Amino acid sequence: MHNLTIAELVKGLQSKEFSSTELTQHFLDRILSLNPAYNAVITITAENALKAAAVADKRLAAGNAPALCGVPILHKDIFCTRDVRTSCGSKMLDNFIPPYNATVVENFERDGVVVLGKTNMDEFAMGSSNETSFYGAVINPWAADCVPGGSSGGSAAAIAARLAPGATATDTGGSIRQPAALCGITGLKPTYGRVSRWGMIAFASSLDQGGPMARTAEDCALLLHSMAGFDEKDSTCIDHEVPDYSATLGNSISGLRIGVPKEYFSEGLDVGTEQAVRVALAALEAQGAELIEISLPNTGLSVPAYYVIAPAEASANLSRFDGVKYGYRCEDPKDLQDLYSRTRAEGFGEEVQRRILIGTYCLSAGYYDAYYGKAQQVRQLIKQDFTSAFKEIDVIMGPTCPSPAFKFGSKGDDPVAMYLEDIYTIATNLAGLPGMSVPCGMVDDKPVGLQIIGNYFDEALMLNIAHQYQQTTDWHNAVPKGIL
Amino acid sequence: MHIERHEIEKLATLARIAINEDTISDVTARLGSVLDLVDQLQAIDTDGVAPMSHPMQSTQRLREDEVTELNQREAFQAVAPDIEQGLFLVPKVIE
Repeated sequence: MHNLTIAELVKGLQSKEFSSTELTQHFLDRILSLNPAYNAVITITAENALKAAAVADKRLAAGNAPALCGVPILHKDIFCTRDVRTSCGSKMLDNFIPPYNATVVENFERDGVVVLGKTNMDEFAMGSSNETSFYGAVINPWAADCVPGGSSGGSAAAIAARLAPGATATDTGGSIRQPAALCGITGLKPTYGRVSRWGMIAFASSLDQGGPMARTAEDCALLLHSMAGFDEKDSTCIDHEVPDYSATLGNSISGLRIGVPKEYFSEGLDVGTEQAVRVALAALEAQGAELIEISLPNTGLSVPAYYVIAPAEASANLSRFDGVKYGYRCEDPKDLQDLYSRTRAEGFGEEVQRRILIGTYCLSAGYYDAYYGKAQQVRQLIKQDFTSAFKEIDVIMGPTCPSPAFKFGSKGDDPVAMYLEDIYTIATNLAGLPGMSVPCGMVDDKPVGLQIIGNYFDEALMLNIAHQYQQTTDWHNAVPKGIL
Repeated sequence: MHIERHEIEKLATLARIAINEDTISDVTARLGSVLDLVDQLQAIDTDGVAPMSHPMQSTQRLREDEVTELNQREAFQAVAPDIEQGLFLVPKVIE
């Protein structure tokens, strides 16, 4: 059952080939026996899952159940789950049990989706390797000495290892697409405002966006349909109709104009990765799409602009973790200052502290205009690159990341080396555009991702293209060695 | 960009993060390397470019000033480190 896609599981559940209870038990058993090798799941909610599965089975028996009813998934541990620990990968929230559900969690609950547990992640979603998690790194199912990517590395690795058919994830600078690429699965970061951020622990509020991960585009279409939609509780959520993403998957892509930015094939791109992406583009051309070289001249500025905006917003968002109302508190504080300073020094890991300090610097008196103001202007320039490109083309494609999965510890002591991992993904967040990663090849037995960037609210078109690509290629069906 | 040790100490105070003696030089070096990266922005001509804060140019929605949430003090305080009679406790602030 664990090798079936979500679309196939939906058919099996609705035709009573198996029950949600059987399916849920099967995945729980797999998590219990296999997860220790990957460290992808950090909380298992077996009892709740089996209860939800029993309810789903009743709804399925009664007929008219929503499409996803009875399908088990995992939530990234950044989404608040009522009465279930939500740690955000941090010691700071190791003891945090939210009294409420995130909107995304509620949406899946409404549709009868079963939650198996919560996935590991970089601390507060700050990282591209999952090495910053308080719970230890996640192992890439394709190569035990390599990172799964981050920050949604637990969700990506769990899907690759067939511990769940799908999972939620979030993306602030590439945190859905990069781990999807490195673990050989499909992941979609929607348009900013498409999915509610309410109850999703905030990192950089103007960039954060939740989205689905699964093995296929068809499955991502099903998950996104449940996740997306307007939410009064998120003031930046956009009131825009949610289309039936599954309905347009079969459309022909003949005549599609694909923009290929020359800046995404510059130095620093691994040769094998480039080759795999070029072959994928040729396959789409063979299906009738047209490849048009474009330029996004300000691409190089996206990483520096991001490392002002994201830390600045993070330093404000993370000021709420003070050891007073919830979360970690240091032992024996001598006064209030000591309570704050030691709680935060002991509760946050090194990368999180670094970003808070950078953000504090950029926002401090006398520096605001030179850093945050300037970065927001550069952000406008980056957005304009995309706006003018989309006048001539329908989608943009290129590599998701510069190389396949790298070894643990290989980015060394320089934080900037890790930051450059997101060079092809960050601009999309700054512009608020949707981006997707689809498996498109292998280099040294490790997966490579093709990135698809769409115009605002073009998720249906992106899923359609990815689905058409997956009809003629087999990369999304590849299984890591040793996974049966 | 070169950042001085005393600047890091000031930032640590502003950010309420205690930095201990053993790590302060590492923190200073790594922060300097990130600031080198972001300093690339200074060379860009952005005269007349409007700063962008939301991709859709949306403005903050307003709603009627009505009570929409019930008081859930017990639920929220159940996860607090230290409470007494419905109050959050912190070390003594006023002598």
